Amino acid sequence: MANLKTKIAGLSLRNPVMTASGTFGYGLEFEDFVPMSKLGGIIVKGTTLKPREGNDYPRMAETASGMLNCVGLQNKGVDYFAKEIYPQICHFDTNVIVNVSGSSPEDYAECAKIVEGLDNIPAIELNISCPNVKDGGMAFGVTCSGAASVVRAVRKAYSKTLIVKLSPNVTNIAEIARAVEAEGADSVSLINTLMGMSIDIEKRCSRLSIGTGGLSGPAVKPVAVRMVNQVFHAVGIPVVGLGGIMTATDAIEFIMAGATAVEIGTANFIDPSVSGKIVDGINQWLDDHNIENINDIVGII
Amino acid sequence: MKKHIMDWTVCCNDKLDERHILLKLKPANGIMPAMKPGQFVQVKSPAPNDTFLRLPISINYVDNDQLWLMIQTIGEGTKALAFLRKGDNINLVLPLGNGFSTDKATGKILLVGGGVGVAPLLWTGKILADNGTSPTFLLGGRNADGILLKDKFQQIGRTFVTTEDGSLGEKGFVTQHSLLKDETFDYIMTCGPKPMMMAVARYATQTHTECEVSLENMMACGIGACLCCVEKTVRGNVCVCKEGPIFNIKQLTWQI
Repeated sequence: MANLKTKIAGLSLRNPVMTASGTFGYGLEFEDFVPMSKLGGIIVKGTTLKPREGNDYPRMAETASGMLNCVGLQNKGVDYFAKEIYPQICHFDTNVIVNVSGSSPEDYAECAKIVEGLDNIPAIELNISCPNVKDGGMAFGVTCSGAASVVRAVRKAYSKTLIVKLSPNVTNIAEIARAVEAEGADSVSLINTLMGMSIDIEKRCSRLSIGTGGLSGPAVKPVAVRMVNQVFHAVGIPVVGLGGIMTATDAIEFIMAGATAVEIGTANFIDPSVSGKIVDGINQWLDDHNIENINDIVGII
Repeated sequence: MKKHIMDWTVCCNDKLDERHILLKLKPANGIMPAMKPGQFVQVKSPAPNDTFLRLPISINYVDNDQLWLMIQTIGEGTKALAFLRKGDNINLVLPLGNGFSTDKATGKILLVGGGVGVAPLLWTGKILADNGTSPTFLLGGRNADGILLKDKFQQIGRTFVTTEDGSLGEKGFVTQHSLLKDETFDYIMTCGPKPMMMAVARYATQTHTECEVSLENMMACGIGACLCCVEKTVRGNVCVCKEGPIFNIKQLTWQI
């Protein structure tokens, strides 16, 4: 049994495998399939200061080796989360991380402040990269100044581990990563979805209600691995890698590219028990290669 | 109800017509999970690379040791299922969704199905019959060949048919059948094309009859995590896969 323990700044993880926001509900939906105690952490749904109904249906289109979605941050707001959902998940034997989103630096910060008051949430993932909302989201994540403004506001309001989720829909992701690092982010996670489009040629319209959506799944993996590697070499803070991980092999690719931890996203839709299998698979691979500590292969590329 | 991800072994794969198969499966581990009529399963298609997500398929029938899925072979994923042979294994996530209110529905119950939408009504009717109510089936299709599993429905309850070309039963749509003028019902459960279900919902509203419809919004996860399959309801957007697929029409915001 290799040592799988890892750390994202001050946050200790039993292993590097977490589940990505928006693909794992609040964990409750997956309790029949994977014990939470098996995972390094779970990142729950994108949460905003005020409730959001999300975008109209249709919100999903299957594509080659992936899918597009334009859910649009549907959630009942941070107060509902704190009152109704947190009590159901605060006992989970894993790191429960809340993905925080907003439409201005002020409401990101206000939302983060409320989450800080929840004892068993040791970290937040700041979503400055949602491609499916008009107000905020990716608008902040595609410029250094926008990204910095949100992180600056949140850093003042939030003292626990702050992970900033980056958008791949930029010319130079390493610059954005450096900008959020300079504002005090403890870690960056990448990549969020790649903006895409799919057209129904018979109906002559987009398959998605808002026209475009975020592409996820194995289709984006090579792009994600490249960006993780670029960012790993550009910043000093730990990098969390995600984008199309379906297997332990995929996860190890990200780790070698520079990821201290990884997030499993779209794969949860196809096999709701996959996150646990990936933990076992990483351990097996390390044992097979006589590697005693997972950290020995982080960023070897 | 506990959900499972498990392999199933094909007992037989009957070709009903050019576009429909009836897949009879038994659990590879021999343990039949608890399920309810109106629930669905997520099938991992054996198609090599053409499909990515699972296929949501309603539960057609369950007996002591078999699960039946009736499938329209319309895309790459479902077409691959037609090639499954006895002894092959496929992987399912199940049971998913809420199911019809077979425990709550009392009195005279009408089950209305259109096309492949008749699928979930077979086991639903059987459970209702076992509960002591005698379900009536009203099945619609384009033509006589489009009335799937008619014999099996007839074994469970009174069965009426409409076809658009008049080749079987009364000519027209299900909502035009004389049954709906001659008799009244206390509860309607329906599954089929949305225009048909909306017409049934209109009839139910006009006659003050409780009515449940089965929706099939496009979904990814099937367990309420991705929020892709939402339907607008009086409580806002809800996941069809988790809070449905069965909805009382009073919960929906359909313009009927």
